[in-house]
Amino acid sequence: MPFIPHTEQDVAEMLASIGAASIDDLFDEIPAELRCAGLPGVPAGLTEMAVTRLMHGRAAQDGHWSNFTGAGAYEHHIPAAIWQIVTRGEFYSAYTPYQAEASQGTLQLLYEYQSMMAGLTAMEVSNASLYDGASALGEAILMAVRANKAGVKRVLLPASVHPRYRAVARTVVGNQGIELIELPYCMERGHTLPEALEAHAAEPAAALVVPQPNFFGVLEPVDALTDWAHAHGMLAIGVVNPVSLALLKPPGQWGKRGADICVGDGQPLGIPLSSGGPYFGFMTTRQALVRQMPGRIVGRTVDMDGRPGFTLTLQAREQHIRRSKATSNICTNQGLLVTAATLYLALMGPQGLKEVALASHARTRALVDRLTAIAGVTRVFSGAYFHEAALRLPADADEVLRALRAQGILGGHPLARDYAELADGILVCATETKTDDDLTDYAQKLSRILSRRREAPPCAYKS
Amino acid sequence: MGHFHPPSPIPNLMLIFDQSRSGRRAHAQSPGAAPAADDLPAELLRGLPPPLPEVSELDVVRHYTRLSQQNFSIDTQFYPLGSCTMKYNPRACNALAMLPQLLARHPLADAETGQGVLACLFELQEMLQAVTGMAGVSLAPMAGAQGEFAGVAMIRAYHVARGDAARREIIVPDAAHGTNPATAIMCGYQVREIPTDRQGDVDLDALRAAVGPHTAGLMLTNPSTLGVFEQTIVDIQRIVHDAGGLTYYDGANLNAILGRVRPGDMGFDVIHMNLHKTFSTPHGGGGPGAGPVGVSERLLPFLPIPLVVEERGFYRLAEEADRPQSIGRMSAFGGNVGVLLRAWVYARLLGREGMQRVADYAALNANYLAAELRRAGFDLAFPERRASHEFIVTLKKLKDATGVTAMDFAKRLLDYGFHAPTTYFPLLVPECLLIEPTETEAKATLDAFVAAMVKVKQEAETEPALVKAAPHSLPVRRLDDVRAARELDLVWKAPK
Repeated sequence: MPFIPHTEQDVAEMLASIGAASIDDLFDEIPAELRCAGLPGVPAGLTEMAVTRLMHGRAAQDGHWSNFTGAGAYEHHIPAAIWQIVTRGEFYSAYTPYQAEASQGTLQLLYEYQSMMAGLTAMEVSNASLYDGASALGEAILMAVRANKAGVKRVLLPASVHPRYRAVARTVVGNQGIELIELPYCMERGHTLPEALEAHAAEPAAALVVPQPNFFGVLEPVDALTDWAHAHGMLAIGVVNPVSLALLKPPGQWGKRGADICVGDGQPLGIPLSSGGPYFGFMTTRQALVRQMPGRIVGRTVDMDGRPGFTLTLQAREQHIRRSKATSNICTNQGLLVTAATLYLALMGPQGLKEVALASHARTRALVDRLTAIAGVTRVFSGAYFHEAALRLPADADEVLRALRAQGILGGHPLARDYAELADGILVCATETKTDDDLTDYAQKLSRILSRRREAPPCAYKS
Repeated sequence: MGHFHPPSPIPNLMLIFDQSRSGRRAHAQSPGAAPAADDLPAELLRGLPPPLPEVSELDVVRHYTRLSQQNFSIDTQFYPLGSCTMKYNPRACNALAMLPQLLARHPLADAETGQGVLACLFELQEMLQAVTGMAGVSLAPMAGAQGEFAGVAMIRAYHVARGDAARREIIVPDAAHGTNPATAIMCGYQVREIPTDRQGDVDLDALRAAVGPHTAGLMLTNPSTLGVFEQTIVDIQRIVHDAGGLTYYDGANLNAILGRVRPGDMGFDVIHMNLHKTFSTPHGGGGPGAGPVGVSERLLPFLPIPLVVEERGFYRLAEEADRPQSIGRMSAFGGNVGVLLRAWVYARLLGREGMQRVADYAALNANYLAAELRRAGFDLAFPERRASHEFIVTLKKLKDATGVTAMDFAKRLLDYGFHAPTTYFPLLVPECLLIEPTETEAKATLDAFVAAMVKVKQEAETEPALVKAAPHSLPVRRLDDVRAARELDLVWKAPK
């Protein structure tokens, strides 16, 4: 009986104490006609040894790949210390720190996390995390609408924001009558043009979303965009990659007044790619907006003896207190992932994080140089980029990526799925994990695939 | 020679920032020097470096290991936190979900590169469908509350698709988790609360009076948060369905009925499950969870994406193109895959027999603990009822006699090495402790807990000040929550 410690004698004694003849009797309040006879749709149980063998087989089937895809999830080195500590039972099997005195470890860690994220984004306060970057953007939009005193339910959302983030934001805010206005990007430079915003200057909006870098890896003119938002009575919501902030100007310093809310995905901070999750979303903001912020928040206080300690605070915003008046229905956050990110930021420090950002950017530049040296491969946009770039291929992007995959390389993310105008475009990314040999390997294979196609286009061997 | 003062076993710790020394670092983690980013416009670069701590690798390992030791956890203590299902998290689930190939796979990599992981996810979908009796399952939601959101959004999408736009109200019993009303609001609905009767069941007359052409649906937890099974569930379903509303099953207490009765057989249209409860994935100090949703036939088109589909032995994700009526995406990628893999391992270890044993032994432990506590002089909120997997003790009489509150009582239990039960929830029972032992605890542990409860009760009666000032043996004593909220200190600031 996996994980059930009871002996037959235990069961007999317990039933006697209850005054029940059998375990079946304990379910006698459930109408008999509803009870199910068994679970034929579930397979029989396996031993740990058998499940281990099965899972190892499946993992081996998925194999190892040389990955050059980013697009919102980035392959960085994860220090060994992180997950050994994160999976200590005291972190792994604890719950939300409602009993503060019995949860000082988690609470202090969250306070340190909030401090690190506020510092990294140059904002005043942080929550203890949200589900992921995309849902954090949805929550930021709801927050901006709540904070809008005129009740304006419109938010400007550039098309250069990650398409999946926009999709999730639509899911999150769609039932509350909030209108998301898509802003076009400059086809030549690859970012939002401040002059393109003027078409929306007349209609009030609660916020402008500003991604940095944007989905294409291109840097947005964040100062001008933030100032434009403020000049038109809107909040500025920054969407950022946390690793980039060791190098790029943090949202709190954008424009004259800084962004008002900053969100993003914490995955690059020590979280494995894991087919998409679990990751975590972060959110930082100004002190003045803290009561509009969703999610758990930890505060430092003192105990009865005046010693410092930590506790969940501002719970009057939350569902378990405010019920239908809560800022969000969110309860848990992504505690274990935040634990990993806190260890990551502590291990890297300001210098280490900057080196990761610089190395990732340098590798991507080198990759772009090598790939664009191949005939017909060009950059899609002329704007400056960080650590990720859009390239145009002289052939069908899906076919080329398939051919690369057959040689063990995940060559990037095809753009046509989300941007019809960027057919033949792919988004490539190299991080500090890639060596010179890895880049050469990719360039050589791509070059061979493209030259073979020139010599024998697909239609030639189809016939 | 002065007196030697041994350090207390768990000293109050400095912040990691207080340990920072300019120029110190974890050298092994440096990726090496890289060329300057001279291609980036200067006005977009950061000026001062971020205020992160400068510490060594040993500093980090020691600091966070010691922080971990300040936590109560399932691995170290009995954790009878009602409504949270704090059962043992098998280590195999963690070890097998963290195999290197599984961790390294990029979320946007093609299905061809993920047949192993997708097979697990597909099987999990199928198993969850089987244990809940629903027509379809989506693994997309990343937590229980997000599952609730997806569920209510599907109810709304269903009514809208039928042109039935007048339905604007979600009915929620007063015993419900706070997430239920909060979710209804996030989905653009109004909330109508209905009362509970003296036996702890939904008040049917109040329900009949509440439903009508404005009713979008009812959200129900069963067994309820009062720890009892809604005996009139068949009537409840009929009343809501006859009014044209849909019924939502909050899976918070699914552990109580796993393998005994299925929400689908009870007539529910949509459910969410908390895999971090029923399927034993870790709570992780507050996440990550996973909140898959299951639906009846008529809600199938609206399930959140992605879904895992199987075609002639090949697994892939069904997305926008396959599912045009979906309520949409809940996360940037495929949800909390690593959590789902842990749930898959757990489900395969248990199998069909093991899943039935979950409810059996959860109910045995809860009813035994309730019987023993009652025998020891504690008042149960619903003494005439069977406990489901949890039950409520009310300390109202003790408080009236001694001034010791449920909160004081809970804090004193910490001194005896037990995590406190859930306090002050559900809101309608005064001075309540909601106690959920789970199926993985042994009788000896339950007996020790009863002994501690009895001891604290004696202390409350003879020495109330001791209990009111508890805890006494933890790293900190009772914390000043009022000050925490009034004098907000949410981030560390470098000394000027």
